[in-house]
Amino acid sequence: MSRQMLLRVTEVEPLTPLVTRFRFEHPERAALPLFSGGAHVVVEMPDDGVLRRNAYSLISDPYDGSGYEIAVRREDTGRGGSRFMHGQVATGTDLRVSLPLNLFALDPRAKKHVLIAGGIGITPFLAQLRQLERLQQPYELHYAARSQAEAAGLKLLPQTAQVHVHISENGDRMDPGALLEGQPIGTHAYVCGPEGLIAAVMDAGARLGWPPSALHAEAFAAPPPGEAFRVTIGSTGAEIEVGPHQSLLEALEAAEVEVDWSCRGGACGRCETGVRACHGRIEHHDHWLSPEERAAQTKIMPCMSRFRGDRLVLDL
Amino acid sequence: MPNTQFSPSIDSRPVYPGLTPHGASPAIMVADAEGAAALRELAARDASVMDRAQVVLAAGGAAGLAEARALQALQPKGVSHEPDLAAALPLLRRLLAEARMGTRLYLAGSEGLIGQVSALALDAGLPADAIESEHRGPIARRMQCVHCKGITEGVTTDPFTCSHCGLTLFVRDHFSRRLGVFQGVCVDAETPGIIPEPQEIRP
Amino acid sequence: MTKHFNDETFRGDYTYYNSPEAIRRFPFPFDRDSYMYSVNIEQHPGGPAGSPFEYAFDVDEHYVAEMKDRAITLAEDPLRCQSLPHMELAGWDLLELIMEAKARDYPDLFGLHKDGDRWHWINRPLRIDQRFTFLDATTLPYGPMEYITRQAQGDFALLHEREGNLWMDAGMVTSQADWSLDFDVGMNFFEWHAPVPKAKKMGVFDKALKFLLAVQQGQAYRRLNWTMTVNPRLDTSPENYHKWGPEKRTITPQNVGRKQFLRVELQSFWRLPRSNAIVFPIRCYLACLDDLASQPKWGRRLHRVLRDLDPVLVEYKGFAVNRDIIVAHLARYDDGAPTSPGIFPD
Repeated sequence: MSRQMLLRVTEVEPLTPLVTRFRFEHPERAALPLFSGGAHVVVEMPDDGVLRRNAYSLISDPYDGSGYEIAVRREDTGRGGSRFMHGQVATGTDLRVSLPLNLFALDPRAKKHVLIAGGIGITPFLAQLRQLERLQQPYELHYAARSQAEAAGLKLLPQTAQVHVHISENGDRMDPGALLEGQPIGTHAYVCGPEGLIAAVMDAGARLGWPPSALHAEAFAAPPPGEAFRVTIGSTGAEIEVGPHQSLLEALEAAEVEVDWSCRGGACGRCETGVRACHGRIEHHDHWLSPEERAAQTKIMPCMSRFRGDRLVLDL
Repeated sequence: MPNTQFSPSIDSRPVYPGLTPHGASPAIMVADAEGAAALRELAARDASVMDRAQVVLAAGGAAGLAEARALQALQPKGVSHEPDLAAALPLLRRLLAEARMGTRLYLAGSEGLIGQVSALALDAGLPADAIESEHRGPIARRMQCVHCKGITEGVTTDPFTCSHCGLTLFVRDHFSRRLGVFQGVCVDAETPGIIPEPQEIRP
Repeated sequence: MTKHFNDETFRGDYTYYNSPEAIRRFPFPFDRDSYMYSVNIEQHPGGPAGSPFEYAFDVDEHYVAEMKDRAITLAEDPLRCQSLPHMELAGWDLLELIMEAKARDYPDLFGLHKDGDRWHWINRPLRIDQRFTFLDATTLPYGPMEYITRQAQGDFALLHEREGNLWMDAGMVTSQADWSLDFDVGMNFFEWHAPVPKAKKMGVFDKALKFLLAVQQGQAYRRLNWTMTVNPRLDTSPENYHKWGPEKRTITPQNVGRKQFLRVELQSFWRLPRSNAIVFPIRCYLACLDDLASQPKWGRRLHRVLRDLDPVLVEYKGFAVNRDIIVAHLARYDDGAPTSPGIFPD
């Protein structure tokens, strides 16, 4: 678990009907730890007896410790974290926030950076832009959104020659192949957004002969909902029920079973848990375990993955 | 003569898996006289690898001329024939500086050639996973003396004499990708003058 | 608080010495009577008051002399300090980490005053008073990493994280246990550890890398490592092996107690904020066998550890040729009595 700070919400600004910007500051105005572009924090939300923890990319200047800012899109069918932020958080609310952690860092060796964002996937790039400006490294950013009204990034992006906005409603669809083609040796490309966009960029890269090490995707996502299931704690024999909109990690925490964690999005590997017995199928949704490890069904990432079957005994 | 099979070693020792064709992507190919055969075999497996390939042959003498003609016959985008690797380096620097993402680098020949051109390419920003390599020819090593930093080419015995400072060095498998050299360390540092009988280096 | 700094040398006449207080606070690395590789990691800083674990960057009686020795080594071989171009930001992170820690932990020795990016650094033991602009390398006499590590004891490796691995892309290494930064810079975690025997088979490096990648801001860790060195020499580099190697053969039963040193590395691991890099400080402590044996528990234990050590490790740690003399000498301090658990003296 990351170290936490108790921070106060000092600004709440709706950017679009669905996306709101929040600013956090230390209650005594103390400086917050700096970070690198692409880092996220985990915000803890005490929601009517349920402790929710969601990861959000930091969008503010990484070199400005006076506050942290995030942009949250309301997901009405989601698990409730974004609804909590939109419905119950106001200026003056105190929330526990983890120290920043970066699983989507820029590669500073790059001769050029190509940043590709779709929708709310613009968030990690907002901090990276400030870092690139400060370090004076060459970049271009491409931001795709469905409509002008939904494009929360428009209010947050600088108007510079390196920033390109593609609004599909206006007939301007982003073409990942065209963005990657002809880039000089040493270019790195980064993509964050819907799965379809990530897949399109990866496919275009592969088709153009880009080596995997030069293509980066923001891997973490919210835990997917699913059918309820039960797991057994190996050491105590206790049975734990996991609800349809709950992650296994959240269910373990609610039952006070200690599990280490950090990103809560299947990317960092901290909550990796051994499986003693598996009668059924683990539905792996993480980006941490290798294909071999997934197939073996002897490990599970409780922050993201679910189970379908008769019995799953965890090595806890 | 196929890709040399080296015995298993430590993690820093480079491995040369052999060349795999990546179709008609833009390519820079570098070979010495022995490595040229690997390029010909590569083209035999997939002729399209030559469509956008700039070939640099670093090989002097009659063998070099014959290989240059053979490579030309495969109709790559271009063949540059240089007497040795040192002469080819300025051209390679230029080709790498102008290259675009998606370019493959195919290297075939001695460990010295593969190590040196890889180091140049990585420095230019080419990702390591865009480099293909195949070892051909003698197993002589390019050794750096850890004491004087001088590089001795074509080392075939262990220990050997540093061509710069004259110390007797033993041959380690520890390899620096950045420098493209193996490490040589004084063999008689603790017992000056007591030097083991030199042995031929084995693959 | 350290007020006195030894006037001593780490080469030539080797006048290095440990005061009685320095001996008692020595970071003895063995917590039991035997040794095998282990990951043995603890949170850092944190430890008994006065111990070398109390503060982030321990400053002891050897500080001034060690910095002089580093300057000599760098003057002869500037490549002991290297930073690949993309590591400058990590260098600034490190400079900030060290300056803040020293000014906080040793306020009578060091001072740091910040006015935005205009910084003022005072290092009283080394008589340095420097005003500079943070993130502007042209305002310092060296790059940021070199500048601050010329004023901090121990070696430093700056590790860049990418592709699920750590790459040693910068460092200041003048007191190493026989590895070359100039050669290893740019290598990943498995490559630069490749020459270490046995550990790969034991899976030590896979576990250690996984651990390091998970190190986050605000949570630092440490471990102890050790080897043996003849004479109190900091620069046991491969570069100068042909110069210090012959000294290894000068051990006799008469001089071993004062001439054979246990060399302990206090290694720590920190995540840096702006660069997301990891810094790996490797602080070297030296004590001769007889000084260590002045603590009866350590005399007994050191004898048992070295007597029973795996021959492969004896070879790797480079004291096979002197092992018999060392063990025979230490036997006199071992009466067979049991030892208490843990590393601290009784």
